[in-house]
Amino acid sequence: MSPFSDALSIAASVRRGERSATEVLEEHLGRIAEREPEIHAFNLVTDGPARATAAAVDAAVAAGEDPGPLAGVPVAIKDNLCTRGVPTTCSSRILEGWRPPYDATVVQRLAAAGAVAVGKTNLDEFAMGSSTENSAFGPTRNPHDTSRVPGGSSGGSAAAVAAGFAPVSLGSDTGGSIRQPAALCGVVGVKPTYGLVSRLGLVAFGSSLDQVGPFAHTVADAALVCEVVGGHDPGDSTSLPGAFPSVSEHLSDGVAGLRVGIVTELMGEGVAPDVAARVRAAADALAGAGATVEEVSVPAVTFGLSAYYLVAPAEASSNLARYDGVRFGNRVDAATTGEMMTATRTAGFGDEVKRRIMLGTFVLSAGYYDAFYGTALKVRTLMRQDFDTAYESYDVLLSPTSPTTAFAFGAKTADPMTMYLNDICTIPTNLAGHAAMSVPFGTGDDGLPVGVQVLAPALGEVPMFRTAAVLEAAAHAEGGAA
Amino acid sequence: MAERITTDDVAKVAHLARLALTPDELETFTGQLAEILEHAEDIAALDLAAVEPMARPVPLVNVFRADEPGEPLDRDEVLACAPVAEDGQFRVPPVLGEAP
Repeated sequence: MSPFSDALSIAASVRRGERSATEVLEEHLGRIAEREPEIHAFNLVTDGPARATAAAVDAAVAAGEDPGPLAGVPVAIKDNLCTRGVPTTCSSRILEGWRPPYDATVVQRLAAAGAVAVGKTNLDEFAMGSSTENSAFGPTRNPHDTSRVPGGSSGGSAAAVAAGFAPVSLGSDTGGSIRQPAALCGVVGVKPTYGLVSRLGLVAFGSSLDQVGPFAHTVADAALVCEVVGGHDPGDSTSLPGAFPSVSEHLSDGVAGLRVGIVTELMGEGVAPDVAARVRAAADALAGAGATVEEVSVPAVTFGLSAYYLVAPAEASSNLARYDGVRFGNRVDAATTGEMMTATRTAGFGDEVKRRIMLGTFVLSAGYYDAFYGTALKVRTLMRQDFDTAYESYDVLLSPTSPTTAFAFGAKTADPMTMYLNDICTIPTNLAGHAAMSVPFGTGDDGLPVGVQVLAPALGEVPMFRTAAVLEAAAHAEGGAA
Repeated sequence: MAERITTDDVAKVAHLARLALTPDELETFTGQLAEILEHAEDIAALDLAAVEPMARPVPLVNVFRADEPGEPLDRDEVLACAPVAEDGQFRVPPVLGEAP
């Protein structure tokens, strides 16, 4: 169990006036001062504004007002979410120093709920990567073992929670960028159904895949943050109508009668045996709690990686065309506008970003569009169909989140394909637009955290969170017994 | 699916994407892109003739806001984000010909 306070207890004590938001903040800033030099979870710690926000929360409590469900809760924000007047870099040189003129909707909603933003967290440049090693500002280190990566791309947000810098944080997940670092850092991470959380103010990577979600120590905290930041936003044309499903009230429902399928294709080749063993232990725990557990085949998931590495770069190449040195970000001067744009982009983007922009440009170009991009879009349909078939017989599915525990720095940087293989278990959910979350479930042979992934159909958040809550309790019981 | 991507192909897409590559980078990126595209050969082998493409997961179409005036972003704040702004506009180097 985490040695750190959870968001629900912090908010409860602040709302009752038992603890001040200022005192809570100083405790977290103290831990940041102590361990951040070693971890590098943040691109920027906003201690000044955070102190002002905490003081405002305390003033509200003193005046008899309710600051909201996240009263005085420190939160860390992935540095690809816009924060008005506060630098937002996407861990890229091209945006270094940029101060957005508006807040992302999710940032506004956290603030309106009484949360205290403590800083902007590190990521792989423009969220492209699985280890934060692609950050232009240096990697984040895994708090459990600083010789290992925290995962990525939301590695800073995962590490910030794991290190006790904030009880909850926000990340974004395009192909696993919340769930994989959550697994590697031993925290809960949620990728909600596409359209449930606003993308307004999330710097776009793959617009049909991107979704914002929380990191937390507990399933209940993750549920609360989803409910606070989620729900319809008229500013996002892909936002679904209605509120985020009420998941918090179902966390004690248990899993009796729930039908759980272990995805056969995600348990074999490429998955470390100790990780697979933890997934089987999780399945046993669910069966012990009254769920029906069986193996189920979802054939299309084996094609996820191929489809994703055509679709995501295609969308990225289009989305990143806006970084041209004209309206925001940095410029490298040259004699003509065309030369200025090339010089700016060449100096501003790192290798992984360049690689994906070129790959995307290629698969969208005349003569290749149908063969590559068109084929990949059809595979998305197959993915949706195969999941739909599975969800006729099962309420949720189970798999590893990441095929291995946290790996060493440099282990996978030489060959991009090796790094991409990290995402085999998480990518299918984004292609389908479904929901999935990672729940810590013990450790691998190396003593590092293992995450179990709970997958659910679109808007299947309630059974997903019920399952996660039972797994969390089972992991605690197991840990306590050990 | 297609013939192996060449350095000429990569040089062309780099130009389209406004990226300048050194000769070494061109070689390295070509090899890496070839490897990624080769991995994608598995989906080229699928029979997808009867499958519809899915460009986005949400079936919402033509989502419009009500045509009511709102609070726009502050112009000075937006222009302050630009590398160079002048007279309320973004300034760029000459697009055609020499600077005036």
